[in-house]
Amino acid sequence: MGNVPTTVKHCLSYEQLIQDYPWLKRWLLEEKTNTGHEFPEFVKIVEVGPRDGLQNETEIVPTGVKIQLIDMLSGTGLPVIEATSFVSSKWVPQMADHTDVLRGIQRAPHVRYPVLTPNMQGFQDAVAAGATEVAVFGSASETFSKKNINCSIDESMLRFKEVINTAKERQIPVRGYVSCALGCPHEGYIEPSKVSEVAKSLYELGCYEISLGDTIGVGTPGSMFKMLQSVMKEVPTNALAVHCHDTYGQALPNILTALQMGVCVVDSAVAGLGGCPYAQGSSGNVSTEDVLYMLHGMGIETGVNLAKVIEAGDFICNALHRETNSKVAKARGRTLGCVSVRENI
Amino acid sequence: ILLLHTCVKCVSLPEKVKIVEVGPRDGLQNEKTMVPTETKINLIDMLSASGLPVIEATSFVSPKWVPQMADQVEVMKGIDRKPGVSYPVLTPNLKGFQAAIKAGASEVAIFGAASELFSKKNINCSVDESLQRFDEVMKAAKEFGVPVRGYVSCVLGCPYEGKVAPEKVAHVAKRLYSMGCYEISLGDTIGVGTPGSMSKMLEAVSREVPVNALAVHCHDTYGQALANILVALQMGISVVDSSVAGLGGCPYAQGASGNVATEDVVYMLHGLGIQTGVDLSKLMDAGAFICRTLNRKTNSKVAQATCKL
Repeated sequence: MGNVPTTVKHCLSYEQLIQDYPWLKRWLLEEKTNTGHEFPEFVKIVEVGPRDGLQNETEIVPTGVKIQLIDMLSGTGLPVIEATSFVSSKWVPQMADHTDVLRGIQRAPHVRYPVLTPNMQGFQDAVAAGATEVAVFGSASETFSKKNINCSIDESMLRFKEVINTAKERQIPVRGYVSCALGCPHEGYIEPSKVSEVAKSLYELGCYEISLGDTIGVGTPGSMFKMLQSVMKEVPTNALAVHCHDTYGQALPNILTALQMGVCVVDSAVAGLGGCPYAQGSSGNVSTEDVLYMLHGMGIETGVNLAKVIEAGDFICNALHRETNSKVAKARGRTLGCVSVRENI
Repeated sequence: ILLLHTCVKCVSLPEKVKIVEVGPRDGLQNEKTMVPTETKINLIDMLSASGLPVIEATSFVSPKWVPQMADQVEVMKGIDRKPGVSYPVLTPNLKGFQAAIKAGASEVAIFGAASELFSKKNINCSVDESLQRFDEVMKAAKEFGVPVRGYVSCVLGCPYEGKVAPEKVAHVAKRLYSMGCYEISLGDTIGVGTPGSMSKMLEAVSREVPVNALAVHCHDTYGQALANILVALQMGISVVDSSVAGLGGCPYAQGASGNVATEDVVYMLHGLGIQTGVDLSKLMDAGAFICRTLNRKTNSKVAQATCKL
């Protein structure tokens, strides 16, 4: 609701606005001067580190460590933490302990713990393990769909329909992902219209939110803008999220562009966990710490405590014997004894 | 409230952006390994071939303070100057300026700080005193018909003072501009800025200096550089400083990155349909070359990703 007046403001002239909506004057007067680009007042961060992040880490992480990571993240203020994936352990050994993880975590009130459920089997296992929210993955690229989940996009939608309908009966919300939204490792360029088609299908099937994923991180603010323009014709903006990979360093400007277009849900992974399976050694997910730093610096609320996220990031990086991918965490950890600029903590 | 339609703000971006490549100077200056003169020359020549319009070649500062730049004269004389490309050099004082001219420099640069403490700790005098010193350089440069670029450091934060007031940045930028600098490069020296502080600072500065005389010099220490550059472009800035392979760490956050990588900037600009005149693959060749020689990994994500596919 808080974002609505600012959107309207750009459509009408000032005089007409004040005439039609006299109560808006207070909003407009209180508005801080900025570039004239409106941003959401609040952004919901969907933390995908424990699932998307760890899934792409080569080292198998013990169940206890996963649980501790999620518990630490639960204490940071993050509103959504993707806990695990009910996919066959044959395909994703890292997620073999999905039931133990879901049962082992201490669920904080006001935090949601969605899990991936690629099919009915996975969905049933998830519900048996206590899941209260699930997610399904579609692709905007036929080739990627075939290579990744061994079926066409249309066939995958049929599978998801089953899951979503059953979830509806049980009043379990379903989040939809669209991968390859800005490019495919096999097909290359992906038409924005294809992305909107898949996003629309998932939304009409009943997903409450659609997360648009730049799976290989090739997108730029240019392609992000075009893709969102197309998707926003089919799916309401407040049901959209962006899931940017930082493989080409473009994640933050891409997220900024999405925010300027009214998107207010951003996926990210603590410590930038998870590499890119299509560019060996390169980074994958954008780091939650770096996203938070940017958002807080812009005066956007997230409800998240950056320092606590950095702690969780330190913990998991120690456990994985690897360095963080977060530049904020790196800089904070190494700042010489000078005054640190406090504005963003 | 009836929402008319989704209002996608039409943001006008520049058609062309001039990239000022600072790798050979700002980049190498902050690298620990001493780079042989020939390597520096090779690097600059490779950068010249990539289409970059401006390449900051070296610094005429005392080798006592910056040993990496001790070979300033040989570098200046050794490079193959491509027609149409500028090769500015830093000249912190009149002596440096004179040495630069003697070595064949045709453009120079001077540095001011937006933070008093930084100025004192860095060059041992106040901001006003530093600008007075540059008066001599400006006079001499005018006589020789040599253009001067002005840098302002700590525009979005200072390692000693913390927050820096946008008005202070505007004041220093205005001084440099009225002294005769044709362009003012605003540097986020410790990379703490975000699109929030960048836009506030640029608003203040663009009231005092025409926006087409402004450039941004963003450090990527907190991963914010590209987002900050995007905001600057949206506010009319069309000159961006960057460093091949993201050369040059941050002296205030050990081990953290410094300059934003030219490859990553060019990738973003080209993705936006903005012309730069730069050939990204030739640029990556130059980056690969210098990283091999320095025996270090590139800081450019584009370079890291592309060479593995």
